[in-house]
Amino acid sequence: MKRSLKQREGWWGFLFICPWLIGFLIFTAGPMISSFVLSLYKYDLADANFVGGENYRRLLEQDPLFWKSLTNTVLYAIFTVPLGIAGSLAIAILLNQKVRGVRLFRTLFYLPSMVPAVASALVWQWVFNADNGILNQALGWFGLPNIEWLQNEKFTLWAFVMMSLWGIGGQRMVIFLAGLQGIPESYYEAATLDGATGIQQFRFITLPSLSPVMLFNLVLGIIGAFQVFTSAYVMTNGGPNNASLFYSLYIFRNAFQYFKMGKASALAWILFLILLGLTLIQMRLSKRWVHYEGETR
Amino acid sequence: MKRASTYLFLVVGSLIFSVPFLWTVSTALKSSEEYAKSPARLIPEQPDFSNFLKAWTALPFPTFVFNTVFITVVCTIAQVLTGSLVAYGFSRFNFRFRNVFFVVLLATMMLPSQVTQIPVFLVWRKLHAIDTFFPLVVPAFFGGGAFNIFLLRQFFLTIPRELDEAAMIDGAGYLRIWWRVLMPLSGPAIASVALFSFLGHWDSFEAPLIYLNSPEKYTVSIGLRMFQDTFGSNFEQVMAASLVHILPTIVLFFVCQRYFLKGITLSGMGGK
Repeated sequence: MKRSLKQREGWWGFLFICPWLIGFLIFTAGPMISSFVLSLYKYDLADANFVGGENYRRLLEQDPLFWKSLTNTVLYAIFTVPLGIAGSLAIAILLNQKVRGVRLFRTLFYLPSMVPAVASALVWQWVFNADNGILNQALGWFGLPNIEWLQNEKFTLWAFVMMSLWGIGGQRMVIFLAGLQGIPESYYEAATLDGATGIQQFRFITLPSLSPVMLFNLVLGIIGAFQVFTSAYVMTNGGPNNASLFYSLYIFRNAFQYFKMGKASALAWILFLILLGLTLIQMRLSKRWVHYEGETR
Repeated sequence: MKRASTYLFLVVGSLIFSVPFLWTVSTALKSSEEYAKSPARLIPEQPDFSNFLKAWTALPFPTFVFNTVFITVVCTIAQVLTGSLVAYGFSRFNFRFRNVFFVVLLATMMLPSQVTQIPVFLVWRKLHAIDTFFPLVVPAFFGGGAFNIFLLRQFFLTIPRELDEAAMIDGAGYLRIWWRVLMPLSGPAIASVALFSFLGHWDSFEAPLIYLNSPEKYTVSIGLRMFQDTFGSNFEQVMAASLVHILPTIVLFFVCQRYFLKGITLSGMGGK
């Protein structure tokens, strides 16, 4: 009697998660498998021909744009992820001080992350405007010459990095702030009594206590950086001379502008494998630097 | 000393963060003549609101707004309802493979959407659903995303089970417990999920770009992009149109400020 009741309860639980489970099968698991199968075909919405690993081979061996977009994206991630994490941690630390008007500052730092992506791209296109943009005007005050941020391929990637930093006061910062507020005050008091300096306290209390949050932000930050799309599509459409052709934009073009569905699927799978690899490496490395509370070391 | 430098950083930092906003508003308020002048002033000589009217009427923006609101509202409701049902299942029941399913759910957060995008597009195409709202709306009815489910589940776990049991003794079934016990007690978590879901759909660009072809179905973000294509060199008008897109999110932020800044902490996300 008891057992069957338990079983019935179990069925109910299963029933409740069904919306997600069915959605997972239809929109995630199924498509993942089909996109791998598709990556072995040449498919232009009309004819499908099995080509085996040909799509992958061509991408790796004969496609300069694949390497260009991958390089752009990796460079973008290398700069935006550490800068973004350091920046949002710095803001969180500032906002964690007991000073007047902290609510106002929090709002001012948070708001940029609320701006919809397309509007944000347009705003920054205007900030970077070579003739009249505010950035070049500000450079002018210091006697520096105008820079063609979005027209000169030497500067375009830096423009995107700068733009991405506008959003560092958003959710990532809030997560850090919450982490900071979870560190018991007594840790710092004890350290002060022992004569630890501010820098030592940061190094030996703040950073280790925040390490789980840091790992979370790092993993999702890298995944996010590899998917940058809207800003590039709207501001420069990949130009000039493919200097802002990011990986996701290249997938989008192949899939929805050239309708090379097989090639685009191969691109998507390469992205997936890169991100999976990076995530697993981080998980492995994290054992060395992430401290969980209550864990003895 | 420490306090003074904290203030210095806060003031300088927040000023830098505000510049793009001020620059946008200032440009949007300039007449075409003043806009052409160089160097540009931050405060317009003669504030001119006609750019907003031009932007609003040059393209069918009212239609774009209507479409976006429709998609956004339907998706938000669907995500809150189905997401909380799934979270209820994960937080209150024991069944086989529950923990495996939960790990899989969390893992999907890390899956780049590009991997599933193409086959999903091909299926919608087979179903002749391209250029309809179905591809944009239907996925919201399947739990509404891993993050939302996770957030709601964490919150449900903080609600004492005794409340469920008391309701059950009173003869309530599981659905009734979900709707009458858990949902009313989860106001803050539901508000956070609803807000993030609303913003996500208001902001969404790539999916409408892929699925919508005819202008009368466009959302605001696609419409704005079309506006840029048509009037791209008149930045004073483009900035006015952008503000139309930005303003609702800012208003929403001020109305629901505490949910944005607390929503995540109450699920224990910020902790360990």
